[in-house]
Amino acid sequence: MPLQSKDLLTIEQLSVDEITLILDTADSMKEISTRDIKKVPTLRGKTIINLFYEPSTRTRTSFEIAGKRLSADVINISTSVSSVVKGETLKDTGKNLQAMNPDTVVIRHAAAGAAKILADSLSASIINAGDGAHEHPTQALLDVFTMRERKGTIAGLQVAIIGDLSHSRVARSNIHALNKLGAEVVVYGPPTMIPPRIEMMGVRVAQSIDDAIRSADVIMMLRIQLERQSQFLFPSLREYSTFFGLNGERLTHAKEDVLIMHPGPINRGVEISPEVADGPYALILEQVTNGVAVRMALLYLLIGK
Amino acid sequence: MEKSKVTLIQSKEEIEKGLKRIAHEILEKNREGKDLVLIGIMKRGVTIATRLSSMIKEISGFEIPIGALDINLYRDDLSEVASQPVLRKTEIPFSVRDKRVILVDDVLYTGRTVRAALDAIIDLGRPCVIQLAVLLDRGHRELPIRADYVGKNVPTSRKELIEVRLVEDDGVDEVIVQEEKQYAATE
Repeated sequence: MPLQSKDLLTIEQLSVDEITLILDTADSMKEISTRDIKKVPTLRGKTIINLFYEPSTRTRTSFEIAGKRLSADVINISTSVSSVVKGETLKDTGKNLQAMNPDTVVIRHAAAGAAKILADSLSASIINAGDGAHEHPTQALLDVFTMRERKGTIAGLQVAIIGDLSHSRVARSNIHALNKLGAEVVVYGPPTMIPPRIEMMGVRVAQSIDDAIRSADVIMMLRIQLERQSQFLFPSLREYSTFFGLNGERLTHAKEDVLIMHPGPINRGVEISPEVADGPYALILEQVTNGVAVRMALLYLLIGK
Repeated sequence: MEKSKVTLIQSKEEIEKGLKRIAHEILEKNREGKDLVLIGIMKRGVTIATRLSSMIKEISGFEIPIGALDINLYRDDLSEVASQPVLRKTEIPFSVRDKRVILVDDVLYTGRTVRAALDAIIDLGRPCVIQLAVLLDRGHRELPIRADYVGKNVPTSRKELIEVRLVEDDGVDEVIVQEEKQYAATE
């Protein structure tokens, strides 16, 4: 069964079968990145445009490498040096890109729904690489891929998501993905960063960080987003790190086979201490490796036909 | 799809005999198994490669490594096939560099699958030689490709559908041919 939509805008839109298809395909793609010649001819002649309205190293590079390993042509547009600074609207930029016949546009934008606007007005496949505080579906897919690879299955896992839940598109996409796949999600963070009635998304709010991590199979630390207004939501970075950060001492209360994840970029010493980030439980760099395989899978499934 | 007239063209014994002969021929042609590797094309090619490997071991005592190749990423008809093929994992746990590679598949037909497999293998490294072993050659080549080892040559029409069934994948060893009303020939 192929993917139902021409676009990937949200995890919310995906069925369990579709998520499983993406993860299984990624599993087959992973081997390509370990070869001497890291390239297959599958998407020869296809064009991918990376349209990033927000800074990114990981996601943009990951999409670029994924496209190139499948032999697609990848074009990167940084909006700071594009016509966007001359005042062109998102829709107009999209229509102009469409006029050059790309097969996929990967978009990151500060406004929730930006990817949807493009998807509705372009015939190219749109992949949402993060839209405001809404969703970041490819991040959630690579996260569940990494968990599945390590734990065998997602169903029955307990996953703790800790940090700024209210501004995190990574958290939102992960909550949808984990719920669909049958994991139990626990969230924790400063009360100012936990949206009211978040329980309606099917998660439990923990009472303390120890409560959150005690029986967790996976701990996912979120980045404090200093570029959004989150610095006004707690008194100081030091206080944040004391009450909501993950360090070696805290980790002694966690399960012995716990896995630590973080979508990056990490703020060392704020939400995660260096000893934990570089320690044996951390999968942070493995997540990045898997991100390429997951994005290769998506590109194949969306435009490899 | 309406199907009519099913004929058995290879029995369990004939399949076994054909593969045994291929195993002997592979050893004769390849300096008694030195640097030999078997790469099966998903999915039944892998099953056949596994059988060939154990037959070669019985005959000569050589352990011949087996790899599994999925050729879907190398197809020339991705935009034409009705439903997108499901990717399976390519697992080749050895370097093909300077090896004598025996590519194994169940049926040789248009040759397009083999073309894709050759490209895929060469992307993994530069083998010393690649030879092709198939259980069945049904003709109708669309590319200049031939097999080095053939279990059986079967003259067919393009309208017929050849189905190879193997115990490991399908619970029974047999090759059958079906006459189809509709054109549905796949390799």
